Amino acid sequence: MARKILTEHINVPGIETFEVYRKQGGYVAVEKAIKTMTPDEVVEEAKKSGVRGRGGAGFPMGMKWGFLAKPEGVPRYLVCNADESEPGTFKDHHLMKCIPHLLIEGMIVSSYALGANKSFIYVRGELMYVIRILEKAIEEAKAQGFLGKNILGSGYDLELVVQPGGGAYICGEETALLESLEGKRGNPRNKPPFPAVKGLYQSPTVVNNVESISNMPWIINNGGDAYAAIGVGRSTGTKLISASGHIQKPGVYEIELGVSVDEFLNSDEYCGGIRKGHHLKALVAGGSSVPILPAHLITKTANGEDRLMSYESLSDGGFATGTMLGSGGFIVFDETACIVRNTWNFSRFYHHESCGQCSPCREGTGWMEKVLHRIEHGHGSMHDIDLLVDISKKIEGNTICPLGDAAAWPVASAIRHFRDEFVWHITHPQEASQPGAVYMGEMTLV
Amino acid sequence: MEEVKPQLIKITFDGIEVEVAPGTTIMQAARKIAEADETQAGLVPPAMCYYKPLPASGGKCRACLVRVAQGSAKDPRPMPKLVPSCITQVQEGMVVENTTNPAVLDTRKSIVEFLLINHPLDCPICDQAGECHLQDFAFEHGSAKTRYEEERRTFDKIDIGPYVQLHMTRCILCYRCVYTADQITNKREHGVMGRGDASEISTYIEKAIDNDFSGNVIDVCPVGALTDKTFRFKNRVWFSKPEDAHCDCEKCSGKVTVWYRGDEVIRVTARKNTWGEVNEFICNTCRFERKKTSDWVLEGPTKVKRSSVISANKYRADLVKKPDFALKLAATQFKNIDDSRPYVTDTETIREQSIENNDKANHRSLLAQNN
Repeated sequence: MARKILTEHINVPGIETFEVYRKQGGYVAVEKAIKTMTPDEVVEEAKKSGVRGRGGAGFPMGMKWGFLAKPEGVPRYLVCNADESEPGTFKDHHLMKCIPHLLIEGMIVSSYALGANKSFIYVRGELMYVIRILEKAIEEAKAQGFLGKNILGSGYDLELVVQPGGGAYICGEETALLESLEGKRGNPRNKPPFPAVKGLYQSPTVVNNVESISNMPWIINNGGDAYAAIGVGRSTGTKLISASGHIQKPGVYEIELGVSVDEFLNSDEYCGGIRKGHHLKALVAGGSSVPILPAHLITKTANGEDRLMSYESLSDGGFATGTMLGSGGFIVFDETACIVRNTWNFSRFYHHESCGQCSPCREGTGWMEKVLHRIEHGHGSMHDIDLLVDISKKIEGNTICPLGDAAAWPVASAIRHFRDEFVWHITHPQEASQPGAVYMGEMTLV
Repeated sequence: MEEVKPQLIKITFDGIEVEVAPGTTIMQAARKIAEADETQAGLVPPAMCYYKPLPASGGKCRACLVRVAQGSAKDPRPMPKLVPSCITQVQEGMVVENTTNPAVLDTRKSIVEFLLINHPLDCPICDQAGECHLQDFAFEHGSAKTRYEEERRTFDKIDIGPYVQLHMTRCILCYRCVYTADQITNKREHGVMGRGDASEISTYIEKAIDNDFSGNVIDVCPVGALTDKTFRFKNRVWFSKPEDAHCDCEKCSGKVTVWYRGDEVIRVTARKNTWGEVNEFICNTCRFERKKTSDWVLEGPTKVKRSSVISANKYRADLVKKPDFALKLAATQFKNIDDSRPYVTDTETIREQSIENNDKANHRSLLAQNN
């Protein structure tokens, strides 16, 4: 069995209660950090561990903490981004639902490291029952003296607030999240200034993903170097992967970064292979926004090396032949999936979730969706394909926040790798617009 | 006490060096160049959402994206993406490319396309035509055709009071009116509802905006989404004559532009500067109630840019600057004309020559057909 950091005790009965969690070695990290370490030492451990942001961008967490401005007399905030809404990603939901105290413990340690006396967990509004679980866990921790005033007699105060979001994908973007937390419309802010300088209520703020923060207790207990020893290269530690699609065993798996994609996809420990009688067609490796990969580029990179589940290996070859680890939403398609329909579906999502602030994203996402709808339903023409590529290029990089990129990449990559399927939809409108119709095999030219 | 002058920052914008105060944005630096030398006005990035008098505006329309080829003297790396010039502050030694960079112009063309796909092209019946920023922007940077085939987005009309007409279908969501309502008026009842391309400017549950400065949203609107109900469909702006005027007003500065049709005041707006921005907002009484010449002390005709359609058909010919540059250009160019060919005045020769030319042309077309 591979090493587990986050999900080691997830199957212990009653782990969601304080007593059971404490018996399994819970809140030891809080005691160790607050009693024996200075905040800077905790930050140093985070830096040593090399843990990278698990929300999608993969920015090293310790480095992010290092950027936090520390002016005198201004409060600092830690905000946990639990607004997980990327299609195909459901790891944080699983983690918070099953083992809420892990996140609370991580929040205490991280807040201590950053000198934050009030921290927020921003959970998407649809997960009301998870919010209740977290609130109950916070009450328990408070009753035991791990939260509130003067934690463990150290003089350090911390208040933890769970805030339900309004149910918008865009509020998962850190500055939109902060706006929403302030009670405003969830529009992303222009950067700079970055949240580390001016974030929540114009104060220095760090926004981290649930999974990133949940790694902190283990890092404190075992040291940053021990964490850095797990994984491969600059992809250290373990990662939760939410596997879904046409596989034998969909679910949330914790992997050591560096496991090969082939092993993850086909071994019985993880996904258990493609469902019986079918074969792999395409893969979205890190949530709906990352580029889709065709079968021949999934287990091997363009250079013929084995592709590993790590930040570097998955993005090997850039966007031409690679993708991204993203948030770990592993969506597998077999040959019964229609790529055009799937791309249209993703595009529809981004059209619906664009905040409408900046023009390329507001207008471009809707336009792409309409063109894809046309192609899927048998009304497309050949120049629509180039039009889609052009629109996606014009959106990418020209927007305020990364939602524009996230909307553009799936479309651009689907056309890059599955152009013949788009062509078939246009040349065979009658067949393609049938429900469940899928392009099989080679293109027949008419 | 001697005043300490702030250290000026030197940047290069499209090859032109300019010195500006720290904290200035790229857009302001470009405007400074244009203010110093009128012929460089074309360098200034267009602004659809940025409005200098309204803090926090800008960064939304992406029309002013420019390329920073060199971040600063200390860190000469180029910025990885195009940056919005309206909110990006200058650094010492920054090198900015605007009209000199084809990628920037290409992106700008696509921004026009994006803004126009859901904007009704009803300029002939739109009151804003002639003073519409989007019209100017599209004319300058857009292409003549659209690639958009689908139906355009439309909205139901809502009534937001007796003075201001909201025509949401035309809105480009620049948020200027939102900032105006936020910053100029006391009661905040104006905002954006909905999301993505379905977001709309609205008052809270269609409640009428009702306060003394609400009329300013008409002036800040770059398109015809917010128009003056007392002026709607009365006149085209290029048939009206703007005059600067003022009055004693207890609520605002009273400095306005009065628009005439013949002797009749057909509308009153705040004064706009070269960049189409209002620096002194006016109250609703001045804007909607004072529509008689006797209400105002006239100061003289408003200066209108030569490029503006508003300056067309004006009968104050004595105030129009003579186009010196054209005469100068002609004087230099005439010398370069090649007049070595002999002048033919004999009509018979001309006729023969033209027949000869026609024969040659016919011969060529015959050859083309045979091949």
